[in-house]
Amino acid sequence: MQTTPSLQQPANTSIEKPSSPWRDAWRSFAKNKIAIAGLSIVVFFILVALFAPFIMPYDHTKPDLINRLKGPSAEHWLGTDDFGRDILSRIIYGARISLWVGFSCVAGSILVGCTLGIVAGFYGKWVDTIISRIFDILLAFPSILLAIAIVAILGPDLQNALIAIAVINVPNFGRLIRSKVLSVKEEEYITAAKSIGMNDARILFHHVLPNSMTPVIVQGTLAVATAIIEVAALSFLGLGAQSPDVDWGKMLADSKSYLVQAPWTMIFPGIAIMLTVLGFNLMGDGLRDALDPKMKQ
Amino acid sequence: MKLPLLEVNQVKKYFPITGGIFGRKVGEVKAVDGVSFAVYKGETLGLVGESGCGKSTIGRLLLRLLEVTDGEIRFEDKDIHALSSNNMKKIRKEMQLVFQDPYASLNPRHKVEKILEEPLIVHGIKGKKERRERVMNMLETVGLDRYHAERYPHQFSGGQRQRIGIARALMTNPKLIIADEPVSALDVSIQSQVLNLLKDLQAEFDLTYIFIAHDLGVVRHISDRVGVMYLGRMVELTDSETLYEEPLHPYTKSLLSAVPVPDPDHQPDSEVLTGEIPSASNPPKGCAFHTRCKECMDVCKTNRPAFQEISPGHHVACHLYGDA
Repeated sequence: MQTTPSLQQPANTSIEKPSSPWRDAWRSFAKNKIAIAGLSIVVFFILVALFAPFIMPYDHTKPDLINRLKGPSAEHWLGTDDFGRDILSRIIYGARISLWVGFSCVAGSILVGCTLGIVAGFYGKWVDTIISRIFDILLAFPSILLAIAIVAILGPDLQNALIAIAVINVPNFGRLIRSKVLSVKEEEYITAAKSIGMNDARILFHHVLPNSMTPVIVQGTLAVATAIIEVAALSFLGLGAQSPDVDWGKMLADSKSYLVQAPWTMIFPGIAIMLTVLGFNLMGDGLRDALDPKMKQ
Repeated sequence: MKLPLLEVNQVKKYFPITGGIFGRKVGEVKAVDGVSFAVYKGETLGLVGESGCGKSTIGRLLLRLLEVTDGEIRFEDKDIHALSSNNMKKIRKEMQLVFQDPYASLNPRHKVEKILEEPLIVHGIKGKKERRERVMNMLETVGLDRYHAERYPHQFSGGQRQRIGIARALMTNPKLIIADEPVSALDVSIQSQVLNLLKDLQAEFDLTYIFIAHDLGVVRHISDRVGVMYLGRMVELTDSETLYEEPLHPYTKSLLSAVPVPDPDHQPDSEVLTGEIPSASNPPKGCAFHTRCKECMDVCKTNRPAFQEISPGHHVACHLYGDA
C-alpha cells in the first residue's frame, strides 16, 4: 500500500487490497515527528533497561565509601551517591524497575478500570450505581494512604506496591471511560447499529470502545509517569523496592538529605524520570492523533 | 384491497418523569398517545407535525428501538413487540431506519466499506468477497463511486453522507424504510437530490416508506398519503392530494397556511397559530388542540374526539366532523 486515495483520485486504486486501520494509524503516526521523538525516547529507555547489565560501567550495588558524594567526573559521569555508588549505573539499572512499574501499574489499572467503566456506562441502572459507588469509595481515601493500607495488608515488596498503585488508579480510568461511554452510546450511529440488529457485544467492541479509548490512551501515558512517582513514594516509606534493588523514585528519596551538598544525586534520577514521562506524553499525543481518522490528511 | 405491510394499533408510549431522591415516578410524558394507522405495500406515508409531537418516537417504536407502553404494531401480521429477540432480528432485516443527521449517524472511525458491510455481517452473510461486491454495487446504486469505500465519513459532504446512510439502510434488502427527517439537515439544493434518489430507489427495490418530516413541501413531494400529528396524537390522515387541497382538521389548516409562499405581496392567512404547544406531560383534557383552536366548542374541552373515517380514506379526529 502506498498512500490512501486523495480526494481527487479516481476509482479502482486500492480496491483489491483494503488497508487495515492499524496500518493507517501507523502511517500517520510515522509522519508525526514529535510523536516519533517520544517513541524514540521510550524505546531508548526500554533498550537501556533490557541491556542494563552490559552497559553499566560499575556494579550498581557496590559501595565505595572513599568516593562518596563525588560530583560528576571522568570516572563517574553522573557522580556518586552517599555510599559512593555510581549514579549512572544505578539509573541504568533503575530503568528496569521504573519502566516495569510504570507499564504494569498502568496496564493493570486500564484493564480493570476500563472493564468496570465500560460495563457501568453501557449497561447503566443498578450496575452503574454499584460500580460508581465502588469508585467513589476508592476515591474517598487519600490515594497514597490507600496504597499504604493495601501494601500493609499484602506485605511490603515491589510486586505488592505495584498492585497497590494499580488499584488506586482504577477509579481514574473507570470514571474517565464511563463518562465517555455514556456520551458515545447516545450517538446516532449506535442507534443505527441497534436498528440493524447488532448484539450488545458487537456494538460494544466495534462501535462504543473504539470511540471511547482516546482519552484513556492520553491519560495512560500521563499515568505511567505518576505511577513511577507513586511507587517511588512507597519505596521511600520502605514499602516498595527493597535494597539492594533500585528504582529512580528510591534514588530521589534516598538523596533528599544531600540536596544542597550533592545536588547531582537528585538531579540525574529526576532527569531520567522527566525524560521518560516526556517520551510517554509525546508518544501518547501522537497516538491519539493517529487513532483519530479525522486528523489524517 | 391492498395489503397492509404495517399496522399500528392504538399505540401509546409514555416516558416516566422521575424525581426526588429515590427516583420516584412523578409524572409521565405522553409522547405517543393512542395512534393508529396502516401502511400499504409500495406506498409512502408521510408523518408531519411540530417538534415534539411524537413523530420520531413512532419511528423508533416501529423498529422496536423503544418498547411500547400499550397497543400493538403488526409487521406482515406479526406483533413485533411480542417477538423474541431472535425473531426480532429477522424482522429488523426487513425494516431499516434512515436518520436525520448524516453527521451523527455514521461511525467516524469506520470506513464506508465497513459501515455498509456491517449489516451483512450481522445478518450472517459470510463470504468476504460477496459482501464486498454488494457494498460496491450499493455505492453505485446510491450515486457514489466504488473508490468511496476506502474513505471515512468526515471526508464526505452532507448529501453524500446521507447517501451512505441510505445505502446502509438498503444493504439488507428491507421492505420498509423509515426515514426520520432524512433531508432536514441538508441544503435545499441537496434535499431535492436525496428526495429524488429515495423515489428512484423506491421504484427500483419496491420499497415502502414512512417519511417523517416537518417540512410540508417535502412531504407533499414524496408522499402518497400524509398523517398529521399533534401532541402525540394523529389528527388527520388522508392521501396527500386531499390533505393539501381540502384539509379538514383546524390544525392541518393552520399548518398549511404557515407554509411560506414565494410571493412578497402574499398576505399571510389569519389562521396562523398563536400560543405554545402544550406540554406532553400534562396535555389538555378533551381534544389536545382545543387550547389553540379557533373553532373550539364546549365538547372539545371535555371529550377526546375519536379518530374516524369521514370519507373513504380520510380520517380525522375532530368534533366538527362526523357524529362524535
